[in-house]
Amino acid sequence: MKIVVCAKQVPDTNEVKIDPVKGTLIRDGVPSILNPDDANALEAALKIKDDYAGTDVTVVSMGPPQATIMLKECIAMGADNAVLLSSRAFGGADTCATSTTIAAGIKKVGDVDIIFAGRQAIDGDTAQVGPQVAQRLGLPFVTYVQNVRELNEKERKVVVERQLEDGFEVIEVGLPCVLTAVKELNTPRYMQVGRILYACDEADIKVWNEQDLTLDPADCGLNASPTKVMRSFTPPPKGKGEMLTGTVTEMANSVVGKLHEKHLI
Amino acid sequence: MVLTEKYQLVKKLARDFAENEIPQELQDEIEATHELPVAFREKIAKSGLLGIKAPKSLGGQGADTLAYVLMIEEIARVSMVSSIYISGANSLGSGPLMLAGTQEQLEKYLRPIAEGRMYPAFGLTEPGAGSDAGGVQTTAVKDGDYWILNGRKCFITAAPYADYTMIFAKTDPKAGSRGITTFIMDMNLPGISLGKPENKMGIIGVPTSDIIMEDVCVHDNDRLGDVNKGFSNAMKTLDYGRLGVSAQSLGVGQAALDEAVKYAKERKQFGQRIGDFQAIRFMIADMATELYAARELVYNACILKDKNDPQASMYCSMAKYYASEMCNHLAYKAVQIHGGYGYIKDYKVERLYRDARVNSLFEGTSQIQQIVIANNLLK
Repeated sequence: MKIVVCAKQVPDTNEVKIDPVKGTLIRDGVPSILNPDDANALEAALKIKDDYAGTDVTVVSMGPPQATIMLKECIAMGADNAVLLSSRAFGGADTCATSTTIAAGIKKVGDVDIIFAGRQAIDGDTAQVGPQVAQRLGLPFVTYVQNVRELNEKERKVVVERQLEDGFEVIEVGLPCVLTAVKELNTPRYMQVGRILYACDEADIKVWNEQDLTLDPADCGLNASPTKVMRSFTPPPKGKGEMLTGTVTEMANSVVGKLHEKHLI
Repeated sequence: MVLTEKYQLVKKLARDFAENEIPQELQDEIEATHELPVAFREKIAKSGLLGIKAPKSLGGQGADTLAYVLMIEEIARVSMVSSIYISGANSLGSGPLMLAGTQEQLEKYLRPIAEGRMYPAFGLTEPGAGSDAGGVQTTAVKDGDYWILNGRKCFITAAPYADYTMIFAKTDPKAGSRGITTFIMDMNLPGISLGKPENKMGIIGVPTSDIIMEDVCVHDNDRLGDVNKGFSNAMKTLDYGRLGVSAQSLGVGQAALDEAVKYAKERKQFGQRIGDFQAIRFMIADMATELYAARELVYNACILKDKNDPQASMYCSMAKYYASEMCNHLAYKAVQIHGGYGYIKDYKVERLYRDARVNSLFEGTSQIQQIVIANNLLK
């Protein structure tokens, strides 16, 4: 089996603050981390590697050179290879341009059976790149995967559970395919100290630019990004909610009373 | 010191492990039961944490000293006692093997330790041989292919958990420290008994007890290193051990600072947060500065140790001396900033204060470190 995992280095949004005037993220001094859903995607791939000897897991990411530390983290968790798609030409990309670049990277890796991606990144929260990559590669995809029930290498298919708001769907999909992971899928494993040493001292992390991917710069980065941000802003805090206590009747009466107070009923 | 990516990742791994796997409830359980739960010990073993320093060819992680120290520091920041369980196997337990073990001994003992299948202890200290470690009274007398061991070791960290103990015994009673030999003693051999675990001030959860040996037969194959050459083996092991204690001191110091800062921002008196009073601010500034100085000293000693610097031993002692005193100062100040609440067990600083205290005592008191430092300077 050959598996590609799409991963993104993101600012740790638990630590992020928003510039109240410009409405943009203040990234200075904010630590960068492996996007949490992508860690679940990687774990799903590594579980398959545990079960199927000879499985090769390659992590593909697009980002600036400093994202290599995140790729080293992925190797320290157990990935075999890592590729960073990095070039000035890729800068300023929206999801549309990002997926073109990542799809080209995956094509260059070649002969992939499964592509795992995180559901969405915690900085942009779009959840678009995974499905767009599938579209560009002409592959079937399942989003919000919360469980991989069965992988049948011979029949070239995988059965997964797709998370819904109130339950899940069971979907069988042919290989190769794209699966996007939600956090319920698994618990990502820890790195191993020995693997960290290997990742940092020995592993060869490839860096590919638009020439390596034979992409026209016009199809990359800001040039190929139709998305225009009109305005970004911080939603005003809603104020503290009030928790009601007591019996159901008391709580219902209290709600009705408050609605009356506000002349809503 | 600016950490390279490798060490940043090691730190992150240790922090993630400590924060996820040693939650407050587990820390409270350890404190209440005086034991590390078996499931927790198994998790540590399975994660490869007992073989951080052992070479990869023997099932270990192959880390250098700085990586090891970063691991211990981050784990001690959350739970000093958990870090002692880990450092016990890595430095004191494995150290003598790595220094003097034959290939067979390494396969038989170091590999299972590194792979988390076996736990070792280090038996040097005796009731009459503490700082004066050369004065051990335990004897080993050759009898055919065997050595007959008699004596009593005390304050042996994790003795009740140990499968094997590295025993330092007199093989030449007239020769002082040049008459000591190391033995790998199987704790299931007849003639071994354990004392009741000591009722300690801190680091509750890793039991410390006596090991009593009455005519214990240890095969000559389990003699570690040459006859009468055990003392230098013990001293070299302690260099690493001292860096481990330094790391634990950094972890406890960092935790004390974290708690002090948090509380100084929360607690209000006289209508303002106490962190706005200069008296508190100056204490916190001193704490952070002392911690930073200690950290640089410790990390630098690690690098010198790995480079086999001829004065590495002195730098290890400096690191241990300064860092262990530092964490006691910081724990004291953290309790002081908490006021009366710091004296209550519900607050983390109470435990930090007790745990910190051992750092300037074990693996050579601060005064012994001063002797080592001065001996290097006044040769």
